[in-house]
Amino acid sequence: MKYMLLINAGAVDENGGAADCDVQDWLAYDKEVRDAGIMVSGEQLADLVTATAVRVGEDGKRTVTDGPFAETREVLGGFYVIDVPDLDAALDWAARCPGARGTGSIVVRPVAEFEG
Amino acid sequence: MGERAAGSPIPEKLPVASVEAVFREEHGRLLAALVRRFGDLDLAEEVTSEAIEAALEHWPVDGVPPRPGAWLMTTARRKAVDRLRRDRTFAARLAVLRVEAERSEPVPAAEVEGGLPDERLQLFFTCAHPALPAEDRGALMLRCLAGLGTPEVARAFLVPAATMAKRIVRAKKKIQQARIPFRVPDAGELPDRLPGVLQAVYSIFTEGYAASSGPDLQRLDLAEEAIRLARILRRLLPEEREVAGLLGLMLLIHARREARTGPDGELVLLDEQDRGRWDRTMIEEGLRLVPVALTGGQPGPYGVQAAIAALHDEAADLATTDWPQVVALYDVLLALEPSPVVALNRAAAVAMRDGPEAGLALLDELAEEPRLRGYSPYSTARADLLSRLDRHAEAAAAYREALELAGTEPERAHLRRRLAALDQPGS
Repeated sequence: MKYMLLINAGAVDENGGAADCDVQDWLAYDKEVRDAGIMVSGEQLADLVTATAVRVGEDGKRTVTDGPFAETREVLGGFYVIDVPDLDAALDWAARCPGARGTGSIVVRPVAEFEG
Repeated sequence: MGERAAGSPIPEKLPVASVEAVFREEHGRLLAALVRRFGDLDLAEEVTSEAIEAALEHWPVDGVPPRPGAWLMTTARRKAVDRLRRDRTFAARLAVLRVEAERSEPVPAAEVEGGLPDERLQLFFTCAHPALPAEDRGALMLRCLAGLGTPEVARAFLVPAATMAKRIVRAKKKIQQARIPFRVPDAGELPDRLPGVLQAVYSIFTEGYAASSGPDLQRLDLAEEAIRLARILRRLLPEEREVAGLLGLMLLIHARREARTGPDGELVLLDEQDRGRWDRTMIEEGLRLVPVALTGGQPGPYGVQAAIAALHDEAADLATTDWPQVVALYDVLLALEPSPVVALNRAAAVAMRDGPEAGLALLDELAEEPRLRGYSPYSTARADLLSRLDRHAEAAAAYREALELAGTEPERAHLRRRLAALDQPGS
């Protein structure tokens, strides 16, 4: 079963990285996920200041604005999609992710399955 | 019901109510075994009720089969396979294959002896999974393990049936779609996961012990259901001392149920209870569990609370209660679980040991605790101590504050009586 781990960074330091972990931690985690054979996909998102939001109103008019609308302090910094047997396994992998430390959090979302 | 083996025969021509009691015992076990086989809680629930309905129809006519539990299991399994055969999805076809493969395997030993393998432990951990909303965990346990219908569960938690139905559907959907596994955590995870299970059972009990709202102070059926669940857990996890602690705690509290309310359903506090009405058998059973909970390593919070309850139950009256020991146990509890409510109870025990002045000083230190603001027992405790110190005007103000905050009518009636007693000359 596929799960998406949404990596929400908490307080971001001046280099744009999440607090409480460094690049080495991320590289190590990424290697673990790949070595375990559960990796489906994953990306790190570019800095938040590069984000652009698009909305289409009822009149069909497109509105483009700077940044996400999120009022929360946490921002989506990247994601993994992993394939593991159940939620407990997904939660274990989420707990090992450096992004779960400090003020960050990982939201685990099962990917909807359609079977025929 | 207790230890009734699934295979022992039910005497024939039992009144329907007793047959239903038997089914209640089998329900959780049956459901757990079916969930394990089919991995689908909804399907398992449907065929469990269908099998019980079939039994209610056939047994009065054909007689009770020699192994009722196995009969129910076979019937339920057959119904599940029928349903899955009609279902054309890939998952259903897989489930059928799995069951058919199982049939060619040797029957597990437990089943040969007439019992069913007990898979309820897995269901306990699934119902209390931390990924589920805390308020739904107790409800799911009552629904799945105690076999209560959704309207009964709704009544237990004092919410409309439609609301409870929605919550249960939502929780079951999460179990299925997020694939919360049906499994017992391994030894390494158990210390993290067991407290959640115990908490869910205890929350059912406390809702029964002191309903948070509504006309009645106690809901004995609910408290008994919680005790029954804890007994099952104790059988399934005999080595876990906190399970013994929780069961002991609930028994030692529940033993006082008859004395806790007066003739008109009003609250009777510990100091005024007729201790002759306490359930001695239940106290004895609870007392036997306390040393189990406290022996071998650091005790857990339920074991310590059970020990405190035991000291109350053993005392002949309030004055001869071993208050120094009670205070010492509250110190241990406070170290384990620092909480303002525990601190409040400790202050009340200190007042009994060292006098009202000492207790009041501790209570006043807690005045700024956000969790005690708007908490009626805090105001009540202050009022009681002020009244013992003959500070009547302040006591009256505190009682009035508690009166506004109290959730149930019996509590309010009790507070009104204390308030009235203050006005009596010479009180």
